[in-house]
Amino acid sequence: MADLKLEGVAKSYGDVQVLSDIDLTIASGEFIVFVGPSGCGKSTLLRMIAGLERISGGTLQIDGQRMNDIPPSQRGIAMVFQSYALYPHMTVRDNMAFALKIAGQSRDQIREATDRAGKMLQLTPYLDRLPKALSGGQRQRVAIGRAIVRDPKVYLFDEPLSNLDAALRVATRIEIAQLKASMPDRTMIYVTHDQTEAMTLADRIVVLAGGGIAQVGAPLELYERPVNEFVAQFIGSPAMNLLPGKVTAVGDMTTVALDGGGVAQVAIPTREGDQGMAVNLGVRPEDMRETDGDAIFEGQVDLTEALGEVTLLYFGTNQDSVPVIAKLPGIHTGLNGKTVRLTADPHALHLFHDGQSLLYRDGADLPPYRPRTTAAAGSVGGADGAASMPGRSDTGDDRIEGGTIKPEGPAR
Amino acid sequence: MELFWLAISTIAIGVFGCVAWFWGSNMVLDTIYPPKGPNAGDNIRKANQIRPWLFLGPAILFLTMYLVYPVIDSLWRSLHNSTGSRFVGVDNYTWLLGDGKFRESMRNNMLWLLVVPALSTLFGLIAAQLTDRIRWGNIGKSLIFMPMAISFVGAGVIWKFIYEFRAEGETQIGLLNWIVTRLGGDPQIWLTLIPWNNFFLMIVLVWIQTGFAMVILSAALRGIPEETIEAAILDGASPLQVFMKIKVPQIMGTIAVVWTTITIVVLKVFDIVFVMTNGQWGTQVLANLMYDWMFRGSPDYGRGSAIAIVLMILVTPIMVWNIRNARKEVR
Repeated sequence: MADLKLEGVAKSYGDVQVLSDIDLTIASGEFIVFVGPSGCGKSTLLRMIAGLERISGGTLQIDGQRMNDIPPSQRGIAMVFQSYALYPHMTVRDNMAFALKIAGQSRDQIREATDRAGKMLQLTPYLDRLPKALSGGQRQRVAIGRAIVRDPKVYLFDEPLSNLDAALRVATRIEIAQLKASMPDRTMIYVTHDQTEAMTLADRIVVLAGGGIAQVGAPLELYERPVNEFVAQFIGSPAMNLLPGKVTAVGDMTTVALDGGGVAQVAIPTREGDQGMAVNLGVRPEDMRETDGDAIFEGQVDLTEALGEVTLLYFGTNQDSVPVIAKLPGIHTGLNGKTVRLTADPHALHLFHDGQSLLYRDGADLPPYRPRTTAAAGSVGGADGAASMPGRSDTGDDRIEGGTIKPEGPAR
Repeated sequence: MELFWLAISTIAIGVFGCVAWFWGSNMVLDTIYPPKGPNAGDNIRKANQIRPWLFLGPAILFLTMYLVYPVIDSLWRSLHNSTGSRFVGVDNYTWLLGDGKFRESMRNNMLWLLVVPALSTLFGLIAAQLTDRIRWGNIGKSLIFMPMAISFVGAGVIWKFIYEFRAEGETQIGLLNWIVTRLGGDPQIWLTLIPWNNFFLMIVLVWIQTGFAMVILSAALRGIPEETIEAAILDGASPLQVFMKIKVPQIMGTIAVVWTTITIVVLKVFDIVFVMTNGQWGTQVLANLMYDWMFRGSPDYGRGSAIAIVLMILVTPIMVWNIRNARKEVR
């Protein structure tokens, strides 16, 4: 049970400012994931919370107590490293027991704690082995066990799955999720660059970019209501397409004429005076679908990638510009070289002006986010909220277009 | 000046000779087995079988001349009388067992063996750890390493001055006696103080070898994964605990290599004893004893060689273990 409060936290190495003005409150029992591109400072932020890096500015509080100058071992935290960081000369049991021995616990207490952690992580048969005699997944479990035996208030994970192969990564990810579920009052902070881990594990995701926090929110909130182009493109794979255009009609529904020739209806309100404003229309590859009617994008398919479950269409790969990608559900053959007309649900579209989402331009006083589900009921806003609330109202007929039911909504 | 030109031409001939040998011999080989024509593949294969020997040849020749032959000759001499004219079997060895000076040397060598590698490694380890994180650490390291560049004879002379004794009434010019008299004590003739004089000699070698141990161990310490240290800090370990329980165990292999390397140097110790006490006052060691019998007074090649063989037998197993350990470290 511990809440964390970061106020104006900054980190600089000499003159180089790595992080600045980090304000973040983490509630007790929350699972928070830090994501961001390489070098964004996410690991540094975690290490500052751990006490392995000095905090250059601002304050860090855990449970209301200022922690800036408290040594790492007294902060009530435990950390799991990407490289496992097991002590190579100690057995699994000794690795887990080390902190307890240092703390001067009795032999019986230590034995009981390590036995319990071993059982919890299915390490019992390996307790007397050295780390070098374990597989990567087992090593990472030992590292987690080393954290568990200390029963910390806050768990810190620094890319714990990055050294594992794909199958093991999924398995261990699920183990971590179960571990969290079994300890609902323990706070966990998890750093990763893998958005699948972020989306699946987090209660809230903190997207870090350019030395600061770009957006904090529930995984689906970041997916559906990104605050700027960076978050929009960082969350979701393949990245959101950004199509330049101009606003031609304002109102609760905005009409955008795209430079590529298409016209889009977007369920984001605009005001008088926005007429003619240059915007980027954001559309996720998975929200695009083929149409015979008005298209927001029309182009010749350069390349297809058939994954069975979905088919990816690439447009404009041989031009200098960023290619446009569409992800169509199911199998589509013979599209190479063909011209395809694509459209998308008005509620699944995003508008950005100068990189910032128009959804947020009146400040962040949006109503609380609730995910848009394929079953329409109970979604954000609704008819009455349309004027003040530029969110996505979602009605059942949105999902039915030309007699075809869209198999997957944008929120899954 | 004549000497200078002689030296220069020797170097020139040596360097030129080496180049000429490798270039010339390889050319001859390629002429005999040209890497072209109808048998090119076969020729290249044959030439490649011979080529390593062209490169190794000179080294093998000199090693045989200066290492293998002396060992065999020593073995032969150790089984013969003082001039090598009569076969005496193991007489020289049985004599050794009964000789007081030999027993003293063995005892002293064992003492050296215990004290010097232990202290050198310990001081080296401490120096490596302490100099690693301070700003002037590199200067400190250079200073500690510097004695390595001094010859054992030079070190012996330097330390002889430190232990220097002047008769009552004269100014004490030895550093140690100067300190002792400053503190109100009586000056001592340190090098004749049995049994402490042995340790005064050992300190010289410790002084030299600490730098070696420090450099190797410092590199090993830097090779320890930083995360294991951070994990230990998070686990609540104090700096001393991190050092003793996390760092040292992880560099145990390197410590063993350093320890055994110094052990071999210690077993062969000669110069320091030769310069400082020449084995008097109970400080005799095997190498110096061998030198005494071999070249001093009326030389006895038989007994001298027997001591040499004993020394070699003592060094060999440590040497083998050392090389194995070093190889393991590389892996």
